[in-house]
Parts: sequence; C-alpha cells; structure tokens
Amino acid sequence: MYVAVKGGEKAIDNAHKLLAEQRRGDTNVPELDVAQVREQLSLAVDRVMTEGSLYDRDLAALAVKQAQGDLVEAIFLLRAYRTTLPRLAVSSPIETSEMNVERRVSATFKDIPGGQVLGPTFDYTHRLLDFKLLADGEGTEPETAPEQSGPIPRVMNILTDEGLLDESRTDDENPVGDITRDPLLYPAERDVRLQNLARGDEGFLLALGYSSQRGFGDVHPFVGEIRMGEVAVSIVPEELGFEVEIGDITVSECEMVTRFRGSKEELPRFTRGYGLSFGYCERKVMAMSLVDRTLQARDMGEDLTSPANDEEFVLSHSDNVEAQGFVQHLKLPHYVDFQADLVMVRTMREKILAERDKAEKPKTEEAAA
Amino acid sequence: MPEFAYENISPGLQHPVLDSQRIFRAVLLTMSRPGTVTVLGNWPAPPSPLKPAAASVCLALADLDTPLWLESTIHSDIQTYLRFHCGCPLTQKQEDASFAVVMDGNDLPDLKKFEAGTEEYPDRSATVIIQVRELNVGRGVTLTGPGIKDSTKLTVDGLDSGFWHEFKKNSERFPLGYDVILASDTEIASLPRTVRVEV
Amino acid sequence: MGVLARAGSVPLERSYAGLTCKPDYDFLRPPEVGMVMVQGRADGNGKRFNLGEMTMTRCTVKLADGAVGHGYVAGRDKRHAELAAVFDALLQTDIQSRIMNEIIRPLAEAQKQRRSEKAEKTAATRVNFFTMVRGED
Repeated sequence: MYVAVKGGEKAIDNAHKLLAEQRRGDTNVPELDVAQVREQLSLAVDRVMTEGSLYDRDLAALAVKQAQGDLVEAIFLLRAYRTTLPRLAVSSPIETSEMNVERRVSATFKDIPGGQVLGPTFDYTHRLLDFKLLADGEGTEPETAPEQSGPIPRVMNILTDEGLLDESRTDDENPVGDITRDPLLYPAERDVRLQNLARGDEGFLLALGYSSQRGFGDVHPFVGEIRMGEVAVSIVPEELGFEVEIGDITVSECEMVTRFRGSKEELPRFTRGYGLSFGYCERKVMAMSLVDRTLQARDMGEDLTSPANDEEFVLSHSDNVEAQGFVQHLKLPHYVDFQADLVMVRTMREKILAERDKAEKPKTEEAAA
Repeated sequence: MPEFAYENISPGLQHPVLDSQRIFRAVLLTMSRPGTVTVLGNWPAPPSPLKPAAASVCLALADLDTPLWLESTIHSDIQTYLRFHCGCPLTQKQEDASFAVVMDGNDLPDLKKFEAGTEEYPDRSATVIIQVRELNVGRGVTLTGPGIKDSTKLTVDGLDSGFWHEFKKNSERFPLGYDVILASDTEIASLPRTVRVEV
Repeated sequence: MGVLARAGSVPLERSYAGLTCKPDYDFLRPPEVGMVMVQGRADGNGKRFNLGEMTMTRCTVKLADGAVGHGYVAGRDKRHAELAAVFDALLQTDIQSRIMNEIIRPLAEAQKQRRSEKAEKTAATRVNFFTMVRGED
C-alpha cells in the first residue's frame, strides 16, 4: 500500500547547516578565500569555466569553493548561474592565429616558425611530490628572454600548402548551431558537435579519445599543434554597428592530424580534429580533437565501428551536468515506482510458484497411485 | 548599418528588472485570460507613433534572440530605440520575426506570413503586437476558448475589420499559429491562437 | 574602447579622481551584467561554432553637453563599465586630446608592459635544438 507523505523540511535545513560546517572544515585553519582559489587552483577554475560554459574566473573560483572542490558540482553551479543572465551579444570568432602565445608545441615538425615554446607545463616534471610546498615554499622567479614579435603562424599551414591536408572552409553566411537554444538533433553538424564537445566532460572525452587510439576506431593521430594563450574578444553590438573589444580571454587549442588512407577517387592525405577550450585545459582539448576526428567518420565515408564513431552515443552522453543529474536522481525517493516493481515481482513469483505446484501435484499423485 | 543618433534617444525602462517582471506578469495574465484588458502605464516614452504599451512589451520580451519585424517605412528613431534598448535584430522579412509591431491596426500587413511554428515546435511562432486606438471589455466580438469562462466580449477601436476573419483562420490551424497582443496607448489585451472569435 | 575595457575599475577610478572637473552625466542605459557567446572557428580558421559564454557588463551614458559614451567590458564590474562609458563620452568632447594623452595612452602603455613581461617569461621556455652526434658511422 502507498501513502502520500511530505516532510523532511527540518532535516533538509539541518543538512544544509551541516554541509556549511563541513565546507568550512577545521576553524583553526584560515578560511580559503575566492581569490586564492582563482590564483592558486587556476586549472580547476579553467575546467569549471570550460565545462560550465561561462568564462568568469571569479565565479568559477566561487563555485569551486562552494562545491568544496567537487568540480562536477562546481560546473553545475556555474551552469545554473549562467541561465540567470541575458545574452547581450555574440562575439566575432576569436582569432587563435593572433594569440599572445604562452605555450605552443608541435609533435609533427621539430623546426617550426615561432619555435617550440614550452610555457608553464607539467610535462617535464618528475611527478614527485614536492615537499617544499608543504613547508610554505615560495616559487622561484621565472627566467626571461627577449620576446618574439608578431603572431606565430599555424603549423597546419605547412600541410595545407602542400595539399596534404584540406583547407578548412569558412562559412560566415549560415547561422551557427547553438545547443543552448535548440535541441540537439541527429545527424549533427560539426559546429554543433564542437560546441557539445567543448562543454563535454573531460573524463568522458579522455576515455573515448583513448579508446580510439587503442584500436576502437581507426585513428592514428599526431599533435599538429597545441597552443595556449590570450586572445582578444570583440563584439559588434546591435545598437552600435561597429566592432569593439571587450577584453582578453585565455584559451587552449589543439589540432590533431591523422592519416587518411584515401579511396578509389581520393589520394591518401591527412585529416584533422580540433579542440578548443577556455583557460588552460590541455588534456581536454587533446581529447576533444581526437573525438572531433572520430566523429567525422560519417562525413569521410569511413566505417562506423566504434563507440567513438557513434555521434548519438558520444554527444548524448558527454554532458556531465545532464549525466550526474540522471544518475544522481536515482537516490531521490522512488517509493512509488519501487512499490510497483515490488508488487509486480511478488505477483510474478507467486504465479510461477503456483503453476509449478500445480504441475508437480499430479505427478506426485501419479507416483502415489 | 545606419549611423545612430543617440543624442535624441529616449530612455527605456526605469528599473529594467522590476519593470520587466511587472510587464511580463501583465502579458502572462492577458495571455492566460484572453479578452482581459490590463493597464501597463504611461511609461516609457518611445518615439511616435510607437506607444508606451507596445514599447514596454518589446522592452520586456524582445532581445538578441528574437528578431523583431517593423514595417519598412518606419521612422529610424523607432528602429534606433528598439535596437538600443532591446538589443534585438530588426528584420523586414515577416517569416523571420519572433516579434512584430504593427503601428496602426487599420493598416495591417498580410498576417498569415508570420511564422506559425512547426508541428514539432509550435512554440517557434511569432507574437504580433498591434497598436489600436482603444480596448474595452463588453460588447463587440465574442471570444471563447481556454482561459475564458463561457465567453467574453471585447471591443477594439482602430482595428481593420478584416482582422477578425484572418484571426479565425489562424486559430483553426491550432496547435500552429501566431499570437496577438493588442495594445492601446497604455493598455493591452491578448489573443493567443487558442481563442475562437465570433464577430 | 579596448584599452578602457582592459583597464579594470581600479586604475579607471584613479584616473577619474584625477579629473579636474568631473562631468555631469545621465544613464541612457544603466550598467547591466549579461553574457557574450564566444565563437571560435573549427580548425582555428574554418566554420564558426559556439565555444561558450563569458560575462560582460555594458553601460551607456550621456554627458550634460550631449556627448554619448558606451562601455562594454568583460566581467561583472558595473563601475568599470560605467567609467569606461564616461571616458568614452569624454573622448567625443573638446577635451578629447587631453583624455587621450593623460589617461588612455598611459593605460595602453601599462597594458603593453604587462603583455611584454609575460611574453619575455614565455620566450625563456622556447626550445633551442642542437644536433647531437649523428649515428651514421
């Protein structure tokens, strides 16, 4: 039997208070302030901005603090906040070719115009815990060298110039798909796929990219170029009619290049995948560029053999706010649903057992006779 | 892109958040109770012939995502005003519009050209704001349908008589169809596509 | 406008405090916080796509003499947008060259300086390859 109930309000209020206390932790330890999170946990902030789909370092830092460092929860907080703001403009496309580069590497060519610039990277650290940090170790002052002038040319141009890679086509006439305004429909165009992947969960994309490298998919990728740095953002306000710069944002970009064996009509060449994120999210943009490439299989007439080739599978499950919501809703009261299941399972069992009984009785009677 | 003359632009809503909420509430009321006339007030002061009521509906509802249709002959002051305060793109193609403002109810465009939505997304339709001289409850056309207990009557002064015939055809396409907001100087009444009219 | 947008409210507040006669102004549109959808291009130079949004604050003011100024600044600092709009308006008046020389140029210089410092640190991490003994013989 089912009885409708309500209540728990007091318990919920008290749970909130307990949560606040737990967030604060031991009060003998100084409270973390949002500026500290913003400056010293900047990569957490970057991930929250990228997947929360809102560039605002202070808000993302606040979300990280409020979520006690649970980044998926922080992403959820930021996504919720962004729904409260009006969209005032759409930017002109950012020019990553004009980036003030803070890091730029290529794995395909050693000597590239502009050079290999390592920037702030974990790559050559030994992954040994640094106990100096435990003892309030202040960082060392970085070295300087004369700055390079002018924008750094894209590595992929070397391949496009030789015709080994298709030029990417621009299309500034048709409207750009927007999954925050229109529901995702399949098959999805590349603009929609890239927007979805840019907000997609890093772990999910990392695993999919990895799966394609291990053979679930036919991708043999090389990093054509990775860059990270600041780009200017400009808008053309509807009411002004001319372009104004509103500031700079940091972005990460990855271009992955993959061999394409060609077909009867087409010569062998290279194809590419693209990744772009807010902030410094290198692993994310690398994974994104792998998955962007696996999702182009349909356009290139390749066999769709692996999970990473299946756009509905990938795009429908990439969003961690949706995913955590659906998984976590299972802990909410399902008393009625479960009651129905319970009644059904009991009835089925009773019915089967009764039939078995019936079937066995005549047998035993026969045996007795 | 035309040069804007900002020197003469009149202000928009005084309290953008609170005013928008109030106007939204009023639109909601008239949409859910078709035939109800409600007062929006004598502010803002848009350039003529745009009136305060129609202007405030635009200021509360139109934005970057909602192209707004105006007659091509409309004065550039009005274009500047709406563009500046709403940030909405203006269009002269009826089929592209999310909102439309018809300055004079006696001079209607071909209403059936406005977007009526699709079977999958009937909400992707236009809302047409028509300026009229006066709105009065009682007498006039009989309205029935969802949100109306039995029936109600609405008198609209300054609206082409052909409108009602056109709107009848519009409501026959339900769930497709455009929605209408009738606006006098300071009041509005709404005719969502669910309304049945008897002239 | 880019220089004013990048300046932040602290230096602008300081510059404003330094003005000998403060302008009278009204809001044509009070400071409002909203978002800008940031677009990127596939492959860096191909078809546009929506990357995600960023916060932005805008403001429009009108000076007593009729000059109108706009502020569009990244972030949620309303005072920043307001001051950017005021300075933008002052740039339309007859003290334009003074504002340019005494406020905008020094701000632009400071911003350039900051970029250079960053670029110099970055340049120090540039790899200089040198060829080791080749294993040919």
